[in-house]
Amino acid sequence: MGSLAGDGLPPDDVVVSALRAGDEEMFATLLDTWARGMLRVARSYVSTDDSAEEVVQDTWLAVIGAIDGFEGRSSVKTWVYRILVNTAKRRSVRESRTLPWSAFERDTSPAADPTLFHGIDGALAGRWKEAPAAWPTPEGQALAAEARGLIGEALATLPPRQRIVITLRDVEGCTSEEVCEIMEISAVNQRVLLHRARAAVRDLLESYFASVKQPE
Amino acid sequence: MKRFTCGELVESITAYLDDALDPPVRAGFEAHAACCDDCRRHVHQFRVTIRAVGDQPPEKLPDRTRERLMSAFRQRRRT
Repeated sequence: MGSLAGDGLPPDDVVVSALRAGDEEMFATLLDTWARGMLRVARSYVSTDDSAEEVVQDTWLAVIGAIDGFEGRSSVKTWVYRILVNTAKRRSVRESRTLPWSAFERDTSPAADPTLFHGIDGALAGRWKEAPAAWPTPEGQALAAEARGLIGEALATLPPRQRIVITLRDVEGCTSEEVCEIMEISAVNQRVLLHRARAAVRDLLESYFASVKQPE
Repeated sequence: MKRFTCGELVESITAYLDDALDPPVRAGFEAHAACCDDCRRHVHQFRVTIRAVGDQPPEKLPDRTRERLMSAFRQRRRT
């Protein structure tokens, strides 16, 4: 989870001066450091890998054209991702893939299945009906490659906004402030989307561990 | 201090981990977790999940795209 320790890039003023001075090494570093996050966010909006690659390419072309005018009102990363999101949205309109975001989401329901808990009446109100099953994996231990693959697939099937938020926060290590700025959403909304996405992946891991459990 | 049910605690884990709960609510979350094995296990599984999501394989731009962008960047200096 090295991503949470930051992406190892120099401070923004150094990055911006280097880009303005035509420092190819710095540009290449940004391309490579943000490639995964940018491709994954782009894929949440458009229908094919090729389109997602073009969205990322068009984003960088726009960045190249605009770097001299960058005013530093946001971080470079947030600025680049804002351009990416806008480029991807325009592209998805062209692909007619756009639905009102609300149509994708179930923002008001709880992330966990309410039938897991006792109803509000009685002594056990709100308590677990059945204890969550134990997982064979301690927190610090890496999951099997198979489980990692499953998580990748699960992320790809999440509703788009949940997918973007969990990708930026938990895969790419962005802060909640950065995600709010990139997606132009409130802190509360960001947290709801992230929680739902994590709960969906947790449920998937629960089923996975139940299916691979060795008889004792 | 807020009193949490298991169902409420489960919905508040992300807010708790982001340190976004008000102090009395946070204290209620911790008080419930301290005496509920099931919720502690669920929180632990949430942390395992977050770590696991952070462990996705790296990705690169296709060479062709990367080359095109490097060349556009070089071009910029000449104009």
